[in-house]
Amino acid sequence: MRRFAALIEELDSTNKTNEKVTILTNYFKSTPQKDSLWAIALLSHRRPPRPLNSTLMKIWASELAQVPDWLFEESYHIVGDLAETISLSVPQEIHLTPPSLSECIKEILNLKYKDEKEKKSYVFKRWKSFNNYEKFVFNKILTGGFRIGISQKLMTRALSKAVKIEENILAHRLMGQWSPMTTTFEELIINPNPEDQISQPYPFFLAYPIDQDFQDKELVQNWCFEHKWDGMRSQLIIRKGKYFLWSRGEELITDKFPELSSLVSLIPDGTVLDGELLPYKENKIGYFNDLQKRIGRKTVSKKLQDEIPIVIMLYDILEWEGNDIRNYNLIRRKEILESLYKKIIVYNAPILLSQVMFFENWNKVKEERKKADEKSSEGLMIKKKDSIYSLGRKKGFWFKWKSDPKTIDAVLTYAMRGHGRRTNLYTDYTFALWNDEKLVTFAKAYSGLTDMEIRKVDKFIKQNTIDRFGPVRQVKPELVFEIAFEGIASSSRHKSGFAVRFPRILRWRHDKKIADANTINDLKQFLR
Amino acid sequence: MPLLEFTKKGIYCKQADVYLDPWRGVDKAIISHGHSDHARWGSKRYITHEINVPIITHRLGKILVTGKKYGETFQINGVKFSFHPAGHVPGSSQIRVEYKGEVWVFTGDYKTQVDGISTPFELIRCNTFITECTFGLPVFKWEKPLRVHDDINRWWANNKSNKVTSLLMGYSLGKVQRLLKHIDCKTGKIFTHGATEKMTNILRQFIDFPKTELITRDTKKAEIGGNLVLAPPAVMGSTWAKKLGEISTGYASGWMAFRGARRRRAVDRSFVLSDHADWEGLLSVIKATGCEDIITTHGYTDIFARYLKENGWNARTEKTKYEVETIDSEVI
Repeated sequence: MRRFAALIEELDSTNKTNEKVTILTNYFKSTPQKDSLWAIALLSHRRPPRPLNSTLMKIWASELAQVPDWLFEESYHIVGDLAETISLSVPQEIHLTPPSLSECIKEILNLKYKDEKEKKSYVFKRWKSFNNYEKFVFNKILTGGFRIGISQKLMTRALSKAVKIEENILAHRLMGQWSPMTTTFEELIINPNPEDQISQPYPFFLAYPIDQDFQDKELVQNWCFEHKWDGMRSQLIIRKGKYFLWSRGEELITDKFPELSSLVSLIPDGTVLDGELLPYKENKIGYFNDLQKRIGRKTVSKKLQDEIPIVIMLYDILEWEGNDIRNYNLIRRKEILESLYKKIIVYNAPILLSQVMFFENWNKVKEERKKADEKSSEGLMIKKKDSIYSLGRKKGFWFKWKSDPKTIDAVLTYAMRGHGRRTNLYTDYTFALWNDEKLVTFAKAYSGLTDMEIRKVDKFIKQNTIDRFGPVRQVKPELVFEIAFEGIASSSRHKSGFAVRFPRILRWRHDKKIADANTINDLKQFLR
Repeated sequence: MPLLEFTKKGIYCKQADVYLDPWRGVDKAIISHGHSDHARWGSKRYITHEINVPIITHRLGKILVTGKKYGETFQINGVKFSFHPAGHVPGSSQIRVEYKGEVWVFTGDYKTQVDGISTPFELIRCNTFITECTFGLPVFKWEKPLRVHDDINRWWANNKSNKVTSLLMGYSLGKVQRLLKHIDCKTGKIFTHGATEKMTNILRQFIDFPKTELITRDTKKAEIGGNLVLAPPAVMGSTWAKKLGEISTGYASGWMAFRGARRRRAVDRSFVLSDHADWEGLLSVIKATGCEDIITTHGYTDIFARYLKENGWNARTEKTKYEVETIDSEVI
């Protein structure tokens, strides 16, 4: 734990990527494999199950820090991070040799079998004996999300230097669901057994938004085009008579989509496909929201399958006849995919093929992009004809050119303090639209303002608070913002009756008064 | 009639017809210290501690100002005033106000830690205590300052051995001089930004500091390389900073206790070093003053006042225009 906490502290004390890589490389070189493996797991968001809820942790921390609950809660909202609030509040009182990272996690895993009193005395012992950073890291493990601003890519690069295995091979080995509880450093990283690999996905290749001068710089003939489907990016693996479905977040979601099981008998073993899961009923692509209903459920009933049927819209093939073909060029991969598709579609399987388009000039591309609504897409994908299927976010091969977002002018009505680097600033806003002379909440948005604007809005909120509800401040309706969003669907769960997708602030409308803001009726016009 | 009232122009003593740290121009202003939110422009006469005189005249230009020593009392229409060390920055004072046996103390800004350049905080017993609470939350607990200075010296030495220049930032009145006072001069030369150099030179008549060299247009990059540069936080990311060559950036402030604030500042190294009292500092002072009434003026005023009330004090909040030093804005 001492070494791991020191690692996090060191990573925190530089702002230079190369230094971070060096620090991590040195850590992997000098740390026992057991601990390294847990470090890799934590830094790639694989965490042990949570043994305690945060309410208990808050109560215990207030008790140990000898401050009233309300004061601890206020402090937490200002610091913006529970793990950090606890480590700042609870003093180090006793000196014990800290356990290693893997020992400490073993202790945390064992908590599951303990009663509350035992849990409390364990947590108190550790809180009292850890130094600041150890306590912070310990709390981060306890509270679940270990997001500390170190990307998985950076970690993989450092590990690659430490174990001298190529970065893309390592990235592949670290994919999917694994746990240090059931594997070892040797098995996972150094010497994986191919037999254990049948569910292993490939790293997803990601697209960049296009630059403004893209069309001036690029020859349209070098590119092929597809619509950008608005569903869930997924990788479908068929190996040894089994199928596995992975989400972009590296979660195994096979069980959520049982209708894909019919594909096992149709697609030959040794095939890996990249595509988009879409709700699809009566030959029409549905709303993203419907898909979320299916992901949200623990078990997928027959009724739900009938209500919200799905398809997988295929657009790439990464493995064919058991071979990794990511190095084939895109056109060749597309040909293989198409011939496979033609063979199986006759069986009425739940698949579609994303149509590849070619254009003679950029104007025609623009026209196609305008058809996004009609095609139920969010715009266009632009892929280089001779590109390989690369790794992560490599620039130059795949681009997205989204449709222009829908926008609406709304009034700021509530605000909360932000987290992480936005500590102590009001950055989480709620916006409302008019409905019969009343302002009705319709969306929350966190992003889009510059740091300077955030400071100004923060000041306004602090000076114009009408009421407080715990950490939430009700603000005098005065500021108008233009809110952009991707899509809209009816929703019984939202006050306004609508759920908008990916709302964000486009700009601050200094020129508008609240009376100029839009109405719920205006919002309704966007329903397709 | 309370001895001190909170008015539109500032904290007002009616009996003496003077204002303490007014935020608008008045006839007579008694000033606690030289930071720009406390010593404002536009009053006809200023009375302050003698160290603040050159600081305030440097900032406000030609003004009518009288300097006093610590503990020296002066009377205005029967009201006794005196300045007492607040330990915040050089010259910073608590203002003691006494009339007919009743004593009020206005702290301005203060800290209980000894910083090596300001006269250490003096405890004054009083009936009513008007206190700042910039860091009035239990999450603020300062480390021993000498440990922080050791960290800074190690950081510089390490950069020096890597031939990287260390750019250390802190606000111009107080923080930078506190940093300078504890720099290990054996490591190399100390360069300064214009704003830092000016204020440091003003304070040299009262305090001994290591030698510094102002960076001018003629200063060669090679001369600076590996050495230490002291500057105000505003230079972060500026063209001025880019001209220094390869640098490691460091920033000293109490706000650096928050990891989120450190990330937002995006400096290479942050040092938790504050010129305000931490939670324990505030509480220990309040207890020791023996006061019956407490007024919180700037900082986490509502939260701090609520805590005090729950613990049996008669505490309340008054609005002032003292800009709380926040994570993003700096006092100057």
